[in-house]
Amino acid sequence: MSISKYRSTLTKFQSSIALFLLCLALSLLSDKFLTVDNGWNVLRQISVNICISVGMTLVVLTAGIDLSVGSMLALSGAIAAGLLKFGIELPDNDLYIGFTILGTIVTGILTGSALGFFNGWVITKFKVPPFVATLAMLTIARGLTMLWTKGYPISSLGNEFGYIGTGWFLGIPVLVWIAAIIIAASIILTNKTSLGRYIYAIGGNENASRLSGININKVKIIVYTIAGALAAVGGIMVTSRLDSAQPNAGMSYELDSIAAVVIGGTSLSGGRGTIMGTVLGAIIIGVLNNGLVLLDVSPFWQQVVKGFVILLAVIIDKVNSKAE
Amino acid sequence: MLVAENIGKRFSGVIALNNVSMDLPGGKVTAIIGENGAGKSTLMKILSGVYPDYEGRIIFKGQEVHFANPKEAQQLGIGIIHQELNLIPDLSIRENIFLGREIVNSWDILDKKAMQQKTQELLNKLKLNVSPDTLIRDLKVGQQQVVEIAKALLTDSEVIIMDEPTSAISDHEVEILFSIIEDLRNEGRAVVYISHKLDELFRIADRYIVLRDGQVTESGSMDEVNHDTIIKKMVGREIKTISKVHRESATGELLDIRNLSLATQNGTKKVLLDNVSLKLNSGEILGIFGLMGAGRTELLETILGLHNSSSNGVITMEGQPLKINCPQQAIKAGIVLVPEDRKKDGLVLGLDVKTNISLSTLHDIQQAGLLSKGKEMQLAEKYTASLCIKTPSPHQQVKNLSGGNQQKVVLARCLATKPKVLMLDEPTRGIDANAKNEIYKLIMELSEAGLGIIVVSSELPEILAVSDRVLVMSEGKITAEFSSSEANEDNILKAAIPKTI
Repeated sequence: MSISKYRSTLTKFQSSIALFLLCLALSLLSDKFLTVDNGWNVLRQISVNICISVGMTLVVLTAGIDLSVGSMLALSGAIAAGLLKFGIELPDNDLYIGFTILGTIVTGILTGSALGFFNGWVITKFKVPPFVATLAMLTIARGLTMLWTKGYPISSLGNEFGYIGTGWFLGIPVLVWIAAIIIAASIILTNKTSLGRYIYAIGGNENASRLSGININKVKIIVYTIAGALAAVGGIMVTSRLDSAQPNAGMSYELDSIAAVVIGGTSLSGGRGTIMGTVLGAIIIGVLNNGLVLLDVSPFWQQVVKGFVILLAVIIDKVNSKAE
Repeated sequence: MLVAENIGKRFSGVIALNNVSMDLPGGKVTAIIGENGAGKSTLMKILSGVYPDYEGRIIFKGQEVHFANPKEAQQLGIGIIHQELNLIPDLSIRENIFLGREIVNSWDILDKKAMQQKTQELLNKLKLNVSPDTLIRDLKVGQQQVVEIAKALLTDSEVIIMDEPTSAISDHEVEILFSIIEDLRNEGRAVVYISHKLDELFRIADRYIVLRDGQVTESGSMDEVNHDTIIKKMVGREIKTISKVHRESATGELLDIRNLSLATQNGTKKVLLDNVSLKLNSGEILGIFGLMGAGRTELLETILGLHNSSSNGVITMEGQPLKINCPQQAIKAGIVLVPEDRKKDGLVLGLDVKTNISLSTLHDIQQAGLLSKGKEMQLAEKYTASLCIKTPSPHQQVKNLSGGNQQKVVLARCLATKPKVLMLDEPTRGIDANAKNEIYKLIMELSEAGLGIIVVSSELPEILAVSDRVLVMSEGKITAEFSSSEANEDNILKAAIPKTI
């Protein structure tokens, strides 16, 4: 009995243990790793992925997937940056609308929400598989980003806007604050609200959920909208941090966020997983990226290593669930 | 023909079978009986090669054998019809029947014609009137079970194991299956028959073997036992089958359904429900009987609002017309459904007991917009107590409960919504005699509390045991209505058999 109990505790904290061992190894291998500066650096780097991955977790819990987060991030960031810098000019009507920073942020997030809503609408109304619907959105939103930016970065957005990406508040980077607030809110959402419960139920058994009187379509649309909104938040964060909206921003971010979700133990078939798991997954990927850079590993090898880590995480998960 | 000696099997430390020995002679039908969890299915899976790791020996026609996989067992001549359906939904009947043993020509190309013909023969034999090209997903559960039977009959097995082969089929198909079993017995094959339906065992089996808690406790000839003694052997004590105390309880009309019709959506324009009208009083148990394909399940689903786009009709509750476009609206109006397939449609298996119970009524356990753990536990404890749900705690995952207790969890979720009309589709499918009686008792208690209850079943004894009034369906129509005193097996079956074939 005690052995199986010991084992299940071990399973529960396996991500934390893996992270701890990873940090231990890196601090032995590099004297630059375990420094305060590097710590904040890592946290700032992963805060964007955490925002996106939280949305991805909700989507995956309903047994869906969202491949369009990277493109939605780019478009939302670019729209915010463009509106901030140029406003809207309508020469025919002799009209110019300028945007405050708050106005651009809100518009950016609304853009992401609208794109996410569109994903959810297509998926529920026309029964398009999430993989296909969001794959389409991946290229649609990327194309719109190119159109909006005409293929050039929108840069020099001003110090005030840059405060989001580079500023500190109460001794902690603003980016980390944003990620922390999103983590807290989503933990409450998943554990404490009806919506959260419905997300797990739908992923666990959609038929039974329907017969239980859950409005499946509504829940799914909300979930994809949240994923879009959080991608947009990520877009604002990236744009502010770089002081520039890049037309190719967020390229392949969907892969990092799916990796975080999977390493965090969320089942891709839905119904099982936690936000904290995903956060740990995102931290593991962030620390790994950072460590490989510090150790001067070539970017090509970094990708190979990351791929194997994802595989390893899933295999360990499978072996554990079999042992249960 | 097949002898098992001292078979033992453990699942992660838990003993499922302990020192089981038995002998299955040719030319006999042997019934294996025991409650859920007694080890019947485990034993059959060992005999058919599904579980290659076990203790003990299997001797087939005088030689010791050890099967590494089901295919080896099949090739030697041991076929099995599994309790769970093992069919691939997106392949056709033909492709499923020949899966892994396709007929090929000398170029190794599939010989579709030969397989088609063979499949057609099997379907004719089993009187399943569908094309071999039909996809499994387009079949009803009962028809799928018939395909499962066809699969086992394809090879010339000398030992045929049937694990609950009739749990989803109606009496008509059961008759066909029984005549096939007779033939197999006369050909000298050994048939193993597992079923919760004791009446079937008395009709078809020659011998019985009782399994209790993973051990063989008794065996003998079916002639020596009767219904009550066999139940006693199974559970180790006596249980009486509940039968209804008939009463004039109906107190005023609750539900009135007029001209409910439903057409198939896939363009074939087949009518699934044809102007069905029925009334239900509060405190009444209305039994609806029908053979496979009669439209029983469709009727309940349509009332619940699942086929909104392809159905029409008028539903009135306590004199108020209802607009039901989806299950939410039905539940709000006080109509709930305990579905036929609890694993597929009833439960979120990976979530725990309390979460499943509260799923339809989360708005009741909220506090300031957030879910209250305390209120949820109260709700769960209330229903685990009142329905006697046997679970170590409300935090137990439902997939670890027995069939009967799972069914009660679905029932608890439905009752938590405080319904006026409770619809139950095959409420005791695949659960043991003891749990069955508990469910019947609950149904009766609920009707006494004033609920209007509709019980749909393909088991005649069940319909006769619980109903105040019986409706019979055939080909999407209601073909007869009987009071509980008029209803008997003969007149119900007569009304249930389709007129056109």
